[in-house]
Amino acid sequence: MENPASKFEQSARAISRMMGIIFAMFMVVGGFLVYLMIDPTLSAFSPEPEALVVVTPPEEDDFDKIENGIHLRTGFVEGEGLMTVVNNCTNCHSAKLVTQNRMNAEGWRSTIKWMQETQNLWDLGKNEDIIVAYLATYYAPGEKGRRQNLENIQWYALEE
Amino acid sequence: MNRRKFVQNSGLSAMAALLGTEIVFGGVLPKGYIPLGLQDPDPFKMFDKDQEMKVLNDKPWNIESLAHLLDDPITPNRYMFIRNNGIIPQEIDPGTWTLSFDGESVQGNKSYSLSELKSRFSVHTYQLTIECGGNGRSEFNPPAKGNQWSVGAVHSAEWTGVRLRDVLEDVGVKSDAVYIGFHAADTHLSGDPKKEPISRGFPMAKAMQDETLLAFQMNGADIPLAHGHPLRLVAGGWPASTSGKWLTGISVRNQVHDGPKMTGDSYRVPCNPVAPGTKVADEDLCIIESMPVKSLITYPKTGATLPLGKSLSFRGHAWAGELEVTKMQYSIDFGSTWKDCTLEAPANRLAWQHFSGVAEFPKKGYYEVWARAIDSKGNAQPMVLPGWNPKGYLNNACHRIAVKIS
Repeated sequence: MENPASKFEQSARAISRMMGIIFAMFMVVGGFLVYLMIDPTLSAFSPEPEALVVVTPPEEDDFDKIENGIHLRTGFVEGEGLMTVVNNCTNCHSAKLVTQNRMNAEGWRSTIKWMQETQNLWDLGKNEDIIVAYLATYYAPGEKGRRQNLENIQWYALEE
Repeated sequence: MNRRKFVQNSGLSAMAALLGTEIVFGGVLPKGYIPLGLQDPDPFKMFDKDQEMKVLNDKPWNIESLAHLLDDPITPNRYMFIRNNGIIPQEIDPGTWTLSFDGESVQGNKSYSLSELKSRFSVHTYQLTIECGGNGRSEFNPPAKGNQWSVGAVHSAEWTGVRLRDVLEDVGVKSDAVYIGFHAADTHLSGDPKKEPISRGFPMAKAMQDETLLAFQMNGADIPLAHGHPLRLVAGGWPASTSGKWLTGISVRNQVHDGPKMTGDSYRVPCNPVAPGTKVADEDLCIIESMPVKSLITYPKTGATLPLGKSLSFRGHAWAGELEVTKMQYSIDFGSTWKDCTLEAPANRLAWQHFSGVAEFPKKGYYEVWARAIDSKGNAQPMVLPGWNPKGYLNNACHRIAVKIS
């Protein structure tokens, strides 16, 4: 004899089981869709994940870059006092005006004095000794004699 | 360079930020194209110069030529050296440009527009050789301070303008006039608007010469910006610094002009010769006037190799400041023996003169062809460096090219 109450219980269990299955399916499909939003190419399942390294050079890092002992922005030789020279000697004129010259400490000092007296160069304070020492070390005169050999000749066949 | 790399590696918005404005049509910018406002200035394009020219300095701009680039009889713009003491003026309007005359020795201040100068005075054209006082400085020992010019700070272009003399006569000059000094529109490197970068000049005798021009044309066209557009002085045969560019004023002085770069050790050499490296007091330095005798072999370029038995045809130009070159010689044995070159007369006074020669080589090996000019007073170019001077001016040692016979 059937108990109407147990029949109801049976039906309720069946419905509950079905709802559970439907819910689980929704969760699986929904989870997959959410994953697709995050990783639309499914790259996590590719055998070899693509190396997506975005190279963004830091904006300031190579402004004062030094390569092979040369401060690239100015052409100055790397050495003690370099940045003091860059900061004080390239505001008005090009660094090229410095690097093409050769002087001893006395000569560099008198050039600084001349620029202060006539060209609006500021008082360098204790930086003057740093600057003069740097210049007299890396931009010192060499012995040239009364006439040098011809150098850096690029030989070529003269066609007429 | 760093800036260029940075720009290439960053996006449109970064470029826009650097420019301080939106890049319209940014979406259609070709990949890798850098907007003009961000490009490093290319002096060769900016000044229409040959790529072989040598940039000595980019602030201020100083660019020199090479011997073999100066082969033309009349130097075209693309091979003309640029020498600046200050910043090239930015905004030039020939329509409103004026030249004013003042100073102790004018009868009254006067001013002329460019069109007045062109219409009221007779126009003349001369080929004039202008050489930088420091041309050849790089060879001095001990080294001299300044831009290290090699041999290329000289040119001989055709200049068209009115005679300074004619305009001075119109202005009215007092009998006590000694010197003229120029004023110009270039600005000082320090940015100080009250400072003139350079204000030089010359004695009245030079001002009154036929060939001393207020020039508004070079080689038949408007003067290029870097060479003094729209008006400049041209004083052939004298240090180029006396040929003021971007001319706005002339002071007629009753004393030697004392503007910037006239005093101290600028464009001055020891009045009496000194040993190399000597310290010379300012009062013992004398102003450079006429440039010394000099020459350049402009063909072939140094480094030519040719087979034994073949002769070498060479050519070049010679000049001698206020004087004329009367003899031109060459040597292939380091000055042991000299032979004469063919020498042409100048197109006019103060233009350089063309020379040519044919050299024969006795055997295989390394040679140097040396050239020396001799002026109308018998002064020849020295084979070694001439008298040392603190600022390295007036190096007129003879020019040399290397030749190999194989």
